[in-house]
Amino acid sequence: MELQMVKLTLRSAAIAVTAAAVSISLAACGSSGPASSAGNADSATMWGLTGGNQPVLQKSIDAWNKAHPDEAVKLDFFANDAYKTKVRTAVGAGQGPTFIYGWGGGVLKSYVDAGQVADLSDFVASNPDVKNRYLPSVLKNGVIDGKTYALPNNNVQPVVLYYNKEVFDKIGAQAPKTWDELMALVPKFKAAGIAPFSLGGQSKWPDLMWLEYLVERIGGPDVFANIAANKPGAWSDPAVKEALSKIQELVDAGGFANGFSSIAADSNADQALLYTGKAAMILQGGWIYQSMKKDAADFVKNGKLGYVTFPSVSGGKGDPANVVGNPSNFWSISSKATDSQKKAALDYVKSGMFTDADTQALIDSGAVPVTTGIESKLAASPDKDFLSYVYGMAKNAPSFTLSWDQALSPAQGDAMLANLDQIFLKKISPDQFVSTMNATIGK
Amino acid sequence: MSTSTGSSRRVLEKGPSGWLAAPALVFFLLFAIIPLFGVLFLSFTKWDGLGEIKLDGLSSWTTVLTDPVTGNALWVTAKIMFFSFIVQAPISLLLGVFTSASQKYRAALAVLYFVPLLLSSAAVAIAYKALLDPNFGLGPGLGLPFLAQDWLGNSDLVLFVVVFVIAWQFVPFHTLIYQGGVRQIPASLYEAAQIDGAGRVQQFFAITLPQLKYTIITSSTLMVVGSLAYFDLVFVLTGGGPGYSTRLLPLHMYLTGFKANDMGAASALGVILVVIGLALALLLQRLGGKNRNASQLEGA
Repeated sequence: MELQMVKLTLRSAAIAVTAAAVSISLAACGSSGPASSAGNADSATMWGLTGGNQPVLQKSIDAWNKAHPDEAVKLDFFANDAYKTKVRTAVGAGQGPTFIYGWGGGVLKSYVDAGQVADLSDFVASNPDVKNRYLPSVLKNGVIDGKTYALPNNNVQPVVLYYNKEVFDKIGAQAPKTWDELMALVPKFKAAGIAPFSLGGQSKWPDLMWLEYLVERIGGPDVFANIAANKPGAWSDPAVKEALSKIQELVDAGGFANGFSSIAADSNADQALLYTGKAAMILQGGWIYQSMKKDAADFVKNGKLGYVTFPSVSGGKGDPANVVGNPSNFWSISSKATDSQKKAALDYVKSGMFTDADTQALIDSGAVPVTTGIESKLAASPDKDFLSYVYGMAKNAPSFTLSWDQALSPAQGDAMLANLDQIFLKKISPDQFVSTMNATIGK
Repeated sequence: MSTSTGSSRRVLEKGPSGWLAAPALVFFLLFAIIPLFGVLFLSFTKWDGLGEIKLDGLSSWTTVLTDPVTGNALWVTAKIMFFSFIVQAPISLLLGVFTSASQKYRAALAVLYFVPLLLSSAAVAIAYKALLDPNFGLGPGLGLPFLAQDWLGNSDLVLFVVVFVIAWQFVPFHTLIYQGGVRQIPASLYEAAQIDGAGRVQQFFAITLPQLKYTIITSSTLMVVGSLAYFDLVFVLTGGGPGYSTRLLPLHMYLTGFKANDMGAASALGVILVVIGLALALLLQRLGGKNRNASQLEGA
């Protein structure tokens, strides 16, 4: 079995999976219109993600293509997990899109190191309007070694602890403010036949949110900063071990929904447990508000969805206002694109994105755009409670740590997710996790 | 023996011209043999799929051979191979014999059995994933507690669920092979057996089974070697999880190459996969015996 063929068959497998996932999510969302917009062979191409921001991006591109038929952008959508694999293979094979959707961090760095993404520093310098429209704390996530390689393209996505107010009322409980309160809620919900926490364990990255926040609360942002800086033995920080032990205590107490390790986040099954009242809480990204707004409109509209920041841990060093999650998603421009594709791409970045209509569409979808001067628009939104909460959370956070699987190199990120999965399944001990992960430092 | 018959016999012995195999050989060389050496080469390099390919000696091999996950993947593959064979072989043999008879209802059932083969693996996996969901699947939906197990999340159970779904998809294919095999057995053998007073069970063991020897070898080879290639179904159904419970060798290769972006190690795994596949195929052919090309039908 040789690589070319493996690549081909695997790629077609991946495409089949993606296609199936795309068609399913399209059917599930009932969204109208084709998944891709037209364009000619030398048009700039763009790959977006299905989910909450899909209609917003589609609208933005449709408007751009209508106004600029000579610089039309061809847009296709992929499901999150499938996209991450597909785009890298495609870029490596010279078949990647003009616009590369990303998260910043170590993954972006690997593209920069391979010379696959264009340096946008000059473009940003000569277009101050572009630079000034962003929240500076978000913009810096696209900067590597002082050069800009990626520009934010959607909304701030901190990880939030969501809860179902209805089931909390049923057992007469309050949202947890400390880890001890959280642990005390577990037996109460279990006695009422409700799973305390939903978790999309099969997708693995939702597991990571628990580790990220616990390490943040126990040890502060420096613990992960050291890991990301590849300091030898950085995983041995006691905060990591304590966080892992706490996760296993929660697993032991039956904190997670029945069968959590087979629940996939890509299909939104984890959120469904929350709004159907089968689970009381879920730790998830800010983006699930958008999909719940669509999938469980009444639940969100009637104020049954509660949200708090992750509880503090007694004796912990981390500021409880610190946040983990994704500051935003980003567009990078492929360095292998043709000149006309690059020009169209930069023109779109300059004047096609974050138009007033775009920003409004993002806010209407239940998201907080990464642009400045939107307070009044947020306040006028029917989702103003959640949006102002998220905006305040992101703006006031002393530290906003990027999701670890994106911040680290792909090899480290993959090993971390696989081993964390083993922690949740109680197949390995925190000590084993730490020593395995220390061995990946620098890889 | 006249010269003309001699020359035509020689043609028969030599078989058709070797040139007829050329187009297939060219494709095989281009898309199988040459890339195979490509993988062998890549297994001695370090490459993340994006940047430069750097020669790296044996380090990929050391990584792969010392990684306990590789051993686990081999063990999981062996288990899936064994259980798949144990489950699929008898079922498809019996179904094949059953559907080979000419009654109308059997033909109708044969068509029904055939349906899973028409579905893509991804579709089968997505459907089973939904049906087996512990919170929204078949069990909770119908209020049947025994169906509401954590089928895909329980490390001890998931392997057997995977074996079941694989069997559900591939039994029809092997049934078809056996059906064809059984239909080739001359009716005269059964007539003779009936005259001798053999019952149905006796006929099955004394005639059907021995006559199907080569069909069994073909089907078993496909089953065993094919289980080295189970990828799409398992990838969509479990993603190799929970933990490493269903991380088969091909899946491990894929995840190493395309998730962890370690093409060197993934290529080394690919080479291991090729070697195991070839060894198994050779072994199964051996089991057919030395005169495996001899006809079973001689004298019938």
